[in-house]
Amino acid sequence: MQELITKEMVERTVTGLSERDIREGKVITTTWKPNLRYAWDNGPALGRYLAELKNGRIIGKRCRRCNRILLPPRMFCELCWRPTDEWVYVKDTGVVNTFVISYIDWKAGRIPKGQRPFTPAVIEIDGASPGMGILHLLDEVEPEKIYIGMRVKAVWKPPKERIGAITDIKYFKPY
Amino acid sequence: MGERERKAKKLRKGGDRERGFFQGLKDESFLERRFPMTKRVAIIGVGTTGFRATTPDLSYRELTYEAATKAYMEAGIEPKDVDAFVSTAEDFFEGYSIADEYAPDQLGAVLKPVYTVPGDFIHSLASAYMMIMSGVAEISVVQGMSKASNMLTLSEMVGFAMDPIYNRPLKEDPVFIAGMEMMRYLHETGTTRRQCAQVVVKNKRNALNNPNAGHGALIDVDYVLNSPMVSYPLTEMDISPHSDGAVVMVLAAEETARALSDKPIWIRGIGWCSDTPVLESWDWAEATYTRLAAQQAYKMAGIRYPRKEIDFVELNDEFSYKELQHLEALMLCKKGEAGPMTEAGATEIEGELPVNPSGGCLGVGNLFELNGGQKVLDVVLQLRGEAGKNQLKDVTTGLAHSWRGIPTATGAVVILSN
Amino acid sequence: MGLRRVAIVGAGLTKFYRRAQETPKELAYEAAKMALESCEMRLEDIDCVVLGTAPDAFDGIHMNGEYLIDGAGGKRKPYMRHYVGGGTGVLSPIHGWFHVASGMFDTCLVVAEEKMSSCYPHPAGAFLTIFDHTTEQPLYPTLIWIFAIEMNRYMTRWGLSKRDIALVSVKNKKNALDHPSSQVAAEITVDDVLNSEVMAWPVNRLDVSPTSDGAAAIVLAAEHIARRVTEKPIWIDGVGWALDTSYWCTRDLYYPDYVEVAARMAYKMAGIREPDKEIHVAEPYDPFSYKELHHMEGLLLCKRGEAIKLLVDGVTQRDGNLPCCPSGGALGVGNPIAATGLMKIIEIFLQLREEAGKRQVPGKPTCGVAQAWGDLMQVGTVVVLRR
Repeated sequence: MQELITKEMVERTVTGLSERDIREGKVITTTWKPNLRYAWDNGPALGRYLAELKNGRIIGKRCRRCNRILLPPRMFCELCWRPTDEWVYVKDTGVVNTFVISYIDWKAGRIPKGQRPFTPAVIEIDGASPGMGILHLLDEVEPEKIYIGMRVKAVWKPPKERIGAITDIKYFKPY
Repeated sequence: MGERERKAKKLRKGGDRERGFFQGLKDESFLERRFPMTKRVAIIGVGTTGFRATTPDLSYRELTYEAATKAYMEAGIEPKDVDAFVSTAEDFFEGYSIADEYAPDQLGAVLKPVYTVPGDFIHSLASAYMMIMSGVAEISVVQGMSKASNMLTLSEMVGFAMDPIYNRPLKEDPVFIAGMEMMRYLHETGTTRRQCAQVVVKNKRNALNNPNAGHGALIDVDYVLNSPMVSYPLTEMDISPHSDGAVVMVLAAEETARALSDKPIWIRGIGWCSDTPVLESWDWAEATYTRLAAQQAYKMAGIRYPRKEIDFVELNDEFSYKELQHLEALMLCKKGEAGPMTEAGATEIEGELPVNPSGGCLGVGNLFELNGGQKVLDVVLQLRGEAGKNQLKDVTTGLAHSWRGIPTATGAVVILSN
Repeated sequence: MGLRRVAIVGAGLTKFYRRAQETPKELAYEAAKMALESCEMRLEDIDCVVLGTAPDAFDGIHMNGEYLIDGAGGKRKPYMRHYVGGGTGVLSPIHGWFHVASGMFDTCLVVAEEKMSSCYPHPAGAFLTIFDHTTEQPLYPTLIWIFAIEMNRYMTRWGLSKRDIALVSVKNKKNALDHPSSQVAAEITVDDVLNSEVMAWPVNRLDVSPTSDGAAAIVLAAEHIARRVTEKPIWIDGVGWALDTSYWCTRDLYYPDYVEVAARMAYKMAGIREPDKEIHVAEPYDPFSYKELHHMEGLLLCKRGEAIKLLVDGVTQRDGNLPCCPSGGALGVGNPIAATGLMKIIEIFLQLREEAGKRQVPGKPTCGVAQAWGDLMQVGTVVVLRR
């Protein structure tokens, strides 16, 4: 059997290293912790979205040509390629389109034993076009009881604690 | 139910989230097209938001949308006519990983061929050019954007590009690399600091007449030499301040270009080259990457005597001495001649070889990966006769050049003519 | 046709490890050197270099493309980097193809390199920054969430069971036992997959490909050079790529539109009308087990929802009618993001030349397709190769 790339050729190329080799000091290491900070300009559409979140409301924008109500709001409709039209308030309730039960956090470490797993979901918000979803977390419900099509409602932070961010909604819960 | 409602309902397809193929896809004709090999490619539309120090009122999406709308309008096309898009972005400059994710929406490129070139705008231009020349596209779009004002720890970010084992642990502000290079350049060519300062004076003055430029000023050579020292021999005024902005350009194959535009600007030659990134091996006085890129471009354009055939140049002058170094590397003058040329006024707008009539990076602002875009934009405007107060007379061939900034040794050159 | 023909004439691969001792430059060098030696060309014969590497955040080096220039052989040459996240591996030959097909260059060295292990505490943390900084990052999402979300949607839409989907992991990890570079090849059973640790339901540990370090490289040449250099040039007959909107929450994730658009573009170019009959071997991208099925449907190799049937009936095994991932794919060999896509291209290259050793699929295949995916469920890149 002919082989252009053989095991011998490949084995010669790279040497493996394990976590233990590093811990035991078998290799010299250097560490760098970057200090990379940004202040993103959010523009009029996202800016209004965040300001309304501070007021305890969710706002979207309508594109009259495809008749979609866009969430998060955009200054232009990406499918019709034209500026969007009026602002439209939408409700803070919705339907779960899909969800996940996650036992790992963003650093790929396992959550501590006994802690409730994360349950992020894509939630189609009432009042926006069908299929217009946002990503958020679900809570106050047992993970096994979540199903696609479940109705949920937003749980807001108290007005004094809101800063104008997506986290002003603590999570969504079934109702 | 009215016609519009019926159409909208059909597009939405009701409760099932199944999204049918929207515009750009319902019209699958762009997949049908097969183009004959073309000999030439032209730029038929450009759009920009202008360049200024901050843009707090707009996010990156709106900036690009504005530039794209202007470019498409000029070219007389809609996004559905475009066959391929190329965007320019570097992750850490944008502030999020995989910057190409956020490219299609504001270009009207949803579900169309799009990819990102982490390089200079002229690299993306080269990609779009090659796509048309290879027969896979007839109209392509190039985009670039800078949101430098959003980067709070800018010198750390630039320093993050240095070699992590050999250079970064020195914990120096990366500007020292430019300072070192300038020392060697001045030493080897005999250029003086005054001549470098002259570059700053010229470019900032040119920028005052450029409505797109963000950092025009009326200063003199002593002001430059006496401003605070940053990294000897670079003073604060020797270094370009940064700007925000976006540029979008539309390219088309010859036949389409002639049909859509009365003033197509032809790409006669294009070249790009990267020298080693290892600082310790650098050729400190010469910008070899520029020389090799220029050779490639001149060969393609059939130019044998650049000084005679190039009417004006827009090149990278991020640091004042760089304009002189690049001028020599572009073979537009001999080594060591650029300084005296500048002093004699040959590179002024009224001179025999205008350099950076738009104001260059020093006058417009450092746009990072968009730098090449600003240069090509200004060459196009000059060749079309749309450069306003800084308009040069009787120009037919212009050269746009770019360098990716410290700590790289990568440059690109494009030669355009009307 | 009017298009200049371009062929792949040489290939090189390094071994994939969870963590390699070599620096990114050295990884790129090893792969590039092997590729040049495989077709007996030297760096002087190469006109331009093209490089793909996925997020800089893994290496912890800004402008990673610049850092890798000398390792990839790009010093003092026209060198360009391209980027579409995970789809980069299959975009690499496409980008190299433009260079040669446009007539500007005659030969091109394409390199894809990835070193994910430099990122601490775990490379997956770097994926936090791919989400929208205002509307999604404050929720601290991780990439596994978005995959699990898509898998949930796909399973619910077609009523699939995890038992059936687990067959992909079993098949690919077994195929990879014969691949020289493989990192996690093993003989496992469906129960092993179902019993492995649940990371984010419905994704289990053995449903996921590992993070790896590795590099791959190929050499492209225009027709007149390709025929001189090798007896078996493999022609790039079709290329396609497409990018969907970044607003991924407005899309229904059960079907990859972006793969279909890219596939149609590539098939049109290659003149393929019935992909399920004319394609003899396929390498769809399989970072997660269900992804192979998802992409098979997107590549129009079967009707929507029927990929599972092909898998269960054994059609996608090496000796079946449409072998998928005979190399072992990302699940078996390893997933150094950009290099995996190019590894798949190399696999089709070897299969069509009948030089794939023990992995060779029978029947003298003449047409193969490789595909990669990337970003927030956004990009599909497809290349059709023919002998």
